[in-house]
Amino acid sequence: MVSASREGIRKAPTGIPGLDEITEGGFPAGRPTLICGSAGCGKTLMAMEFLVRGITDLGEPGVFVTFEELPEELTENVLSLGFDLQDLEKKGLLLIEHIRVERSEIEETGEYDLEGLFIRLGYAIDSIGAKRIVLDTLEVLFGGLSNEAILRSELRRLFRWLKDRGMTAVITGERGEGNLTRHGLEEYISDCVILLDHRVIDQLATRRLRVVKYRGTLHGTNEYPFLIDERGIEVLPITSLGLSHPASSERISSGTAGLDEMLGGRGFYRGSSVLVSGRAGAGKSSLAAQFVDAARRRGERAIYFAFEESQSQVVRNMRSIGLDLQPWLDQGLLQFHAARPTLHGLERHLVTMYKQVRDFAPRVVVIDPITNFLSVGNQEEVKAMLMRLIDFFKAQQITTLFTSLTHGFDLETTDVAVSSLMDTWLLLREIEVNGERNRLLNVIKARGMAHSNQVRELLLTGEGVQLVDVHLGAGGALTGAARQAQEAQERAAALGRQQDIERQRRELERKRQALEARIAAQRLEFQSEEGELESRLEQAEARERRLVDDLADMARIRKAVSGAPESGTGDVR
Amino acid sequence: MTEQKEMDEMETPTSDEEFWDLRLYVAGQTPKSIAAVANLKRLCDEHLSGRYRVEVIDLVKNPQLARGDQILAIPTLVRRLPEPMRKIIGDLSNQERVLVGLDMRPRG
Repeated sequence: MVSASREGIRKAPTGIPGLDEITEGGFPAGRPTLICGSAGCGKTLMAMEFLVRGITDLGEPGVFVTFEELPEELTENVLSLGFDLQDLEKKGLLLIEHIRVERSEIEETGEYDLEGLFIRLGYAIDSIGAKRIVLDTLEVLFGGLSNEAILRSELRRLFRWLKDRGMTAVITGERGEGNLTRHGLEEYISDCVILLDHRVIDQLATRRLRVVKYRGTLHGTNEYPFLIDERGIEVLPITSLGLSHPASSERISSGTAGLDEMLGGRGFYRGSSVLVSGRAGAGKSSLAAQFVDAARRRGERAIYFAFEESQSQVVRNMRSIGLDLQPWLDQGLLQFHAARPTLHGLERHLVTMYKQVRDFAPRVVVIDPITNFLSVGNQEEVKAMLMRLIDFFKAQQITTLFTSLTHGFDLETTDVAVSSLMDTWLLLREIEVNGERNRLLNVIKARGMAHSNQVRELLLTGEGVQLVDVHLGAGGALTGAARQAQEAQERAAALGRQQDIERQRRELERKRQALEARIAAQRLEFQSEEGELESRLEQAEARERRLVDDLADMARIRKAVSGAPESGTGDVR
Repeated sequence: MTEQKEMDEMETPTSDEEFWDLRLYVAGQTPKSIAAVANLKRLCDEHLSGRYRVEVIDLVKNPQLARGDQILAIPTLVRRLPEPMRKIIGDLSNQERVLVGLDMRPRG
């Protein structure tokens, strides 16, 4: 048991995009697989694609046994999918065997078996060395032959026979009541059962696929959406099962300078999902357009899915905020996909977006708005779809901005369903004060980054979206004209203070000048006094010297008149 | 059903003069095949003496021939003439049904 599961069974790739991923490699090789579903669900097409891809991709010749459609019809029908059966037949790689069972022509008259069928299949297989075979659809046998006991035992023998011959076989079957097939036989004797479903809910068709049974292989039991278009069938292997996508630490600009600042100064994480929610006219699309424009500036490609406006409408509207997207459209850096949500079912939208993103390989995607999907599915379905979409984008490291239109008063609850899927949630609000409406933005959450808890006012200007600080006054945050008035007041006050300072500075200067003038005058006065005093001092000194001279003279005179001369001195005179 | 009636009316007056071209497809010498060959021979001798031809085709030997007459079941008897073509499958042991199947008896 363990060794068998470890070894696994051999797989035959179907070549159908997505299907091989779901079945982990394709249908069981050398064994029968049943594809069942109601009329028009795409059974024949899937079987045919399995055969054609086997030929073109793997070089395995194949036999298509058709019980219903004529080979010419079949050839014509699949030509629109790009399968040229005639060419493959000419090359001897494909053989279409038409087995007609007409009940009105057949009378049963005793014991029989279906050896003739075996011989025909064997002959067809041998003539081109086929490895794959499709039987579309065995039920016709039940319609053409009445002995069900013989048919049942012969069909068992047929499946056994196909296995013994090592044929990778695909058998199609119409879905029956309570059973996967009308006769409840094929699903038991097939190793793998694929159920196709084509549901119409609210007048919208969605195609889904489910692997009901796969012997020896673990398989997802989920329903996967699939699409039939000009390139054949495509199954979307997107589920919400895996949370293994890598988390990038690279940051990219939101395209709005003020917003980057609020998000730690560096913008969103690459590969993250961003929700911008707000009421009509809150500026969601403008933020989205700036985000796209920022991607373009980095030289990255972007896809804008518009579900409310046409391409030209968005382009025109963005010109009003000074953003011209047209050149980037012309250069092929930007793609627009505008469609009404009600145009397709949810699955179809999912598949379409998946394909477009895969083909264009953008780094940035905008979905504007997601709320419109609620008109084609209920909240749970929309959430499931978004989950798959986001997982897909994350796996591709695509940064996605979703906008969400909210209604009513309780702005935040409408988005609760989807917000848990988002890494960053920006809420736009409008407030009406003093007879005007103003827009506010705040970051409700931003996983894994420091972000501002402050409210900013969002301005739609001719130079794009700008975020400015709001004024917190006594009556709450001030926005718009009130904010401008407040700002003007503050500017006036600031100017007044400035003037005051100037005035005081001038006063000081004046005082300094006055002081200096006084100092200069006193110095001048002092200088003049100083001169006078000095001359007076000189005069006094001169007088003193004269006095000394006079005394000396007097003494000399006195000595000469009355007495002997004093030692030495008297001799000279 | 209406189609069937027309054919009966057309055939009834001329059926005696018609030539019958029959083919019996078998696959090897199985008991069913042997029984079918014997049953057919007896039936033709009884009802179509002198104005029939039977060709027995063994698909094991000539598998490519199964395609032309859209053979699935073995044994299959094909009435190629008179037209329209009829197919009878089984070992032909129920003679009554064979006669009905070959339009030799009106369907009841």
